[in-house]
Amino acid sequence: MADLKVVGQPLPKADAAAKVIGAAVYADDIVLPRMLHSKLLRSPHPHARILSVDASAARRIPGVKGVLTGQDLPIRFGILPVSQDERALESEKVRYVGDPVAAVAAVDEETAAAAAEAIRVEYEVLEPVLSIEDALRQPGDERIHASRSLPANLHRLQSYEFGDLAAGWARAAHVREDLFFFQGNTHLPMEQHSAVGQWVDGRLTVWSSTQVVHYVHRALSKVLELPMNKIRVIGAAHGGGFGGKTDPFAHEIVVAKLAMVTGRPVKCTLTREEVFYAHRGRHPVLMWVKTGVDEEGRITAMHFRSALDGGAYGSYGAASVFYTGTLQTVTYDIPAYKFEGCRVFTNKPPCGPKRGHGTPQPRFALELHLEKLAEEIGMDAVELKRRNFMQPFTRAVNWLRVTSCGLEECAEKVLAASGYRTRERRPGRGQGFAISAYMSGAGTAIYWNGMPHSEVQLKLDRTGVTAYCGAMDIGQGSDAVIAQIVAEELGIQAADVRLVTADTDSTPIDLGSYSSRVTFMAGNAALEAARKMRALLDAAVDARAGVPFLEACELAETKWGALSTAGSYTPPRIGGPFKGSGVGPSPAYSYSAAVVDVDADARTGIVRVNKVWIAHDIGRAINPLLVIGQIEGSVYMALGEALMEEQTFRRQLGLHKWPSMLEYKSPTFVDTPEIESFLVETVDPEGPYGAKEAGQGPLLPVIPALNLAVHDALGVWIDETPVTPEKVLKALKDGRVGPKMFPAVPWPEPIIVEPPARDDMRVGAELEAAFPSA
Amino acid sequence: MLRLPRLRFLIPDSARQAAAMAAEGGPTTMLVAGGTDLYPNLKRRQFATDTLVGLTHLRELHEVRGEASSGFEVGACVTLSAASRHHELHAGYAEAAGLVSSPPLRNAGTIGGNLCVDTRCNYYNQTQEWRQAAGYCLKKDGDICLVAPSSPRCWAVSSSDTAPMAIALGATVVLAGTDQERELPVSALYRDDGIDYLAKQAWEVITALRLPPADGLRTAYVKLRRRGSIDFPIAGCAVALRMEGDLVESARVVLSAVASHPLEVHAADQLLTGARLDDETIAAAAEAAAKPAKPLDNADLDYFWRKRMVRVVVEEALRKAAAR
Amino acid sequence: MAGLLNELDRPVDRRVLVLRVNGEDHQLLLPVHKTLLEVLREDLGLTGTKHGCELGECGTCTVLVAGEPQLSCLVLPVQLGGREVTTVEGLTAGSELTPLQRAFADLGAAQCGYCTPGMLLSATALLRSNPKPNATEIREALAGNLCRCTGYSKIVEAVELAASGRG
Repeated sequence: MADLKVVGQPLPKADAAAKVIGAAVYADDIVLPRMLHSKLLRSPHPHARILSVDASAARRIPGVKGVLTGQDLPIRFGILPVSQDERALESEKVRYVGDPVAAVAAVDEETAAAAAEAIRVEYEVLEPVLSIEDALRQPGDERIHASRSLPANLHRLQSYEFGDLAAGWARAAHVREDLFFFQGNTHLPMEQHSAVGQWVDGRLTVWSSTQVVHYVHRALSKVLELPMNKIRVIGAAHGGGFGGKTDPFAHEIVVAKLAMVTGRPVKCTLTREEVFYAHRGRHPVLMWVKTGVDEEGRITAMHFRSALDGGAYGSYGAASVFYTGTLQTVTYDIPAYKFEGCRVFTNKPPCGPKRGHGTPQPRFALELHLEKLAEEIGMDAVELKRRNFMQPFTRAVNWLRVTSCGLEECAEKVLAASGYRTRERRPGRGQGFAISAYMSGAGTAIYWNGMPHSEVQLKLDRTGVTAYCGAMDIGQGSDAVIAQIVAEELGIQAADVRLVTADTDSTPIDLGSYSSRVTFMAGNAALEAARKMRALLDAAVDARAGVPFLEACELAETKWGALSTAGSYTPPRIGGPFKGSGVGPSPAYSYSAAVVDVDADARTGIVRVNKVWIAHDIGRAINPLLVIGQIEGSVYMALGEALMEEQTFRRQLGLHKWPSMLEYKSPTFVDTPEIESFLVETVDPEGPYGAKEAGQGPLLPVIPALNLAVHDALGVWIDETPVTPEKVLKALKDGRVGPKMFPAVPWPEPIIVEPPARDDMRVGAELEAAFPSA
Repeated sequence: MLRLPRLRFLIPDSARQAAAMAAEGGPTTMLVAGGTDLYPNLKRRQFATDTLVGLTHLRELHEVRGEASSGFEVGACVTLSAASRHHELHAGYAEAAGLVSSPPLRNAGTIGGNLCVDTRCNYYNQTQEWRQAAGYCLKKDGDICLVAPSSPRCWAVSSSDTAPMAIALGATVVLAGTDQERELPVSALYRDDGIDYLAKQAWEVITALRLPPADGLRTAYVKLRRRGSIDFPIAGCAVALRMEGDLVESARVVLSAVASHPLEVHAADQLLTGARLDDETIAAAAEAAAKPAKPLDNADLDYFWRKRMVRVVVEEALRKAAAR
Repeated sequence: MAGLLNELDRPVDRRVLVLRVNGEDHQLLLPVHKTLLEVLREDLGLTGTKHGCELGECGTCTVLVAGEPQLSCLVLPVQLGGREVTTVEGLTAGSELTPLQRAFADLGAAQCGYCTPGMLLSATALLRSNPKPNATEIREALAGNLCRCTGYSKIVEAVELAASGRG
């Protein structure tokens, strides 16, 4: 593939020009004739029964055109089929401060806000459950979700054993256990969520700042009881997601229903405070890990436990639990592995997928844990980690299939560039090194269906070519990637490819812009569609070389009429032969390594990041400019989580401590260091042109590398996030800051899974044939 | 979109007329200059205000008069940016002005406004909905202090960066009332009360800040905050020193964000006066300064840590001032 | 402490104001409590100016007032006193992007693009007062504008590129 012309070019994003002149239309920028404005009334209580809702005063206010209460939207929804536990407006009970209970549409926002406030809700306040420990005990008043079969406020409970643990422990020369806590935090997109609904002649159109038009489409269809063909969901220009806009949300359903009720377009834009309540951010996770190594430092067995504080609803939580356990095995070669994970409900805004979904927490734990283990046995930590690096084209003990793997090269790049091995050793100055892996899209859809995960259609006529793709460009530049792939195959410039994206009426299915899947899956779909189109074009010009593109297009249309081709991508069935193997498999894993350099002041505890070096195995960079953008953005978000961002709550009140941009600390220009990025191209056999993901993996190593740098500088262990100055001082006094115990969890008997052979690379039908009973 | 309440906006012809309008309007009328502190608070419904009296169009409030040798009179509506860029003002004062919030905010925020900045508390600087959920507090609509429930008073924190520096300099403000002007030391402008924190009449308009002659004063302001921009101080120290050789002739040390008013620490001043400014003196002064500081659990980061940091900012400010 | 309903009973203080925005005068009848941000977006249709908090905490709504960056969510038009307002839509004189806009587009300084208008205006003001800023000066001048996508590096590079005249 040495002769690639468009793929590999650092081209600007497809919408870059529109964004720098202020022409891009985001959801809140949409204004339709006679449009109304909506405001949600939210619960002031973390846990309460709703006794009555009286909206009569609101209805009487001049300018109010529609009022909804829970009675109007009784059908439950949720992103996962196993967690249909949310209502757009709750009518029975509220489960967190901010849970929506009523909604108003009025001629302006001022009237809508006043009318929402005028709705009288009578509550019977219940004792809130606010911590993992509380959630594991029998509740004082009642459970948050009464109908669940698990005890107390447990939401999910998993236990798996892969390989011969007993033999692994027996073989170990050293065994160590550690406890870690990863604090919850939120996405904080600059754009507040917004949606506009319009109802014309029995057809509903919703514009939204969503990452996944398809999931909003499904939820609207279910809750509003409308067939899919009566609903159109369009992704407006997107002001940032990071996972925070991948669930269907109450306000999206509410604007639709209000539009249906009032016959007028309705817009709802959340305030910044409401965005904190919509949340779906990083789960707070308590973790325990025990690892055995042999005399050479090779891992013989590992046992990992996680407890996730899920907040009030399921969201992606059932998957999140798995993710805290599943990817350990694709970074380090672990011959025997036990994972126990649980998620609890608490009366706080629901947690969900934030960049790295469920994996930054165990990554943090594991990198610190192995460093401690190395120190304890007097071995160089980098060396210990390297001895256990996962190798390319191997199968992990939990059946995850690793293809291309640039871990070695990534590690070497950052170690060399940072001078880590020869770093200056003095109190107050330190460097930390960590590695990671992430999925290039989930191998299994979040709801069972047999459709492709991505489809791309191309239309070609005398005016050129248009690509139709359901993926939402959320700022990462996925539109540019699609255009570059199509352009490469058709032998034209990326700018000559017109794009129609994220519109359920005109674009085929795509499972959305999350899970780091778009380049890999929509990219492969685009590649297939483009190759088919290229063949048609070649036929149209009778394989003559040098026919200008538009001329060829006209010849093709003359010959056959307007042409269309389609390509699709369905990941191979990669998961192992056991129940629950659907979370974790990915057609390819990206790898990253980072070194973080800090000054840590022993007097104040203040940590200043001097520089971050990061190397990322991207497979192939279809657009290196955008890949670097994803890497730098990931490093930034990681440093925020590592140093200052936390979603915390007033203990008794169950109330978000500071739902504002001022007090939720997002690093500014002057808090963000220089970032030096290296791309490692391993050319994955299944990625389009060999490409893998870039959007999430590079976040993962930075957080543990920061803590390890602080350890390097001051000799203290901070076994939790974020590393605040007060914790540094406390650690200097006590040696360590971190959790002291893991609560008692009623773990079930583990599902015992026979591990695969290390070189077993079979997938799909071949694999299924080998294990017919699974 | 978070919006302001409906307001009347009055445009006076003079500072005195502004005072008259504010006096006539009573408690629901407020004076406003840049609005960078007031408007967010109004959007969160922290005041029951229905009328504003604007000051920024009064040209005389934008002037900087005087010179370094005689002292400057800085109009109250001079922006924080302009003050921070003014090379002849006391270095510590310009420094403090330049450390307020963020660059775009400083282009609207005024030096008079920063002297009057509302005391802050993260139970109070919240939206109406949040405060309803938390239960209202003493400072607005409630009857207890949520930070210190057994306390009869409000502990909201004085969060001005420039006020401590103005006090350290011995600056005064010119106040226009309805029929007269008066001059008040900035040190007398504050009360140790989170609610009623200004010791002027609500309607009195700060028209100018009078800074003393340069006269060998060495000044510095050190601000501690989580991020390098946007944030309010969580501890700060303003220092004004007059040196005679390597002996301190006089010293004023004033802290920000550790009490409901800018905290003058005379014990530190006395300790420094006549002393050689060596490490030992600096440490002792910092120790003395830290003693009365009483941060509470109503601002960013742990309050024990903030208390410990007072020493650090005082030492740093003293060294910085001495080096100027 | 319900107050919003009572607020609806207050009369609206409306003024006729002439706003000079991007070189054009607009005569408008405006409630005085409407912020410049709201007026730009809702009365003038200039939705290029974005908003992220409406409390002066994020910098997203930055516009230029008499050439200086200000937070339009905290400016009342009645206080403008005839000073000219420049929004992102006013940066370009014709159809060509300014060197700064070009650099932002070419270097990937705009990802989701939501903070971009504010960034561009803060950076434009910087380059007018300091045509050759170093990286530290750029970071300090833009420190009131938050971005969650880029990690800021590309924005610094874009301002440097525009300043270099090579862009």
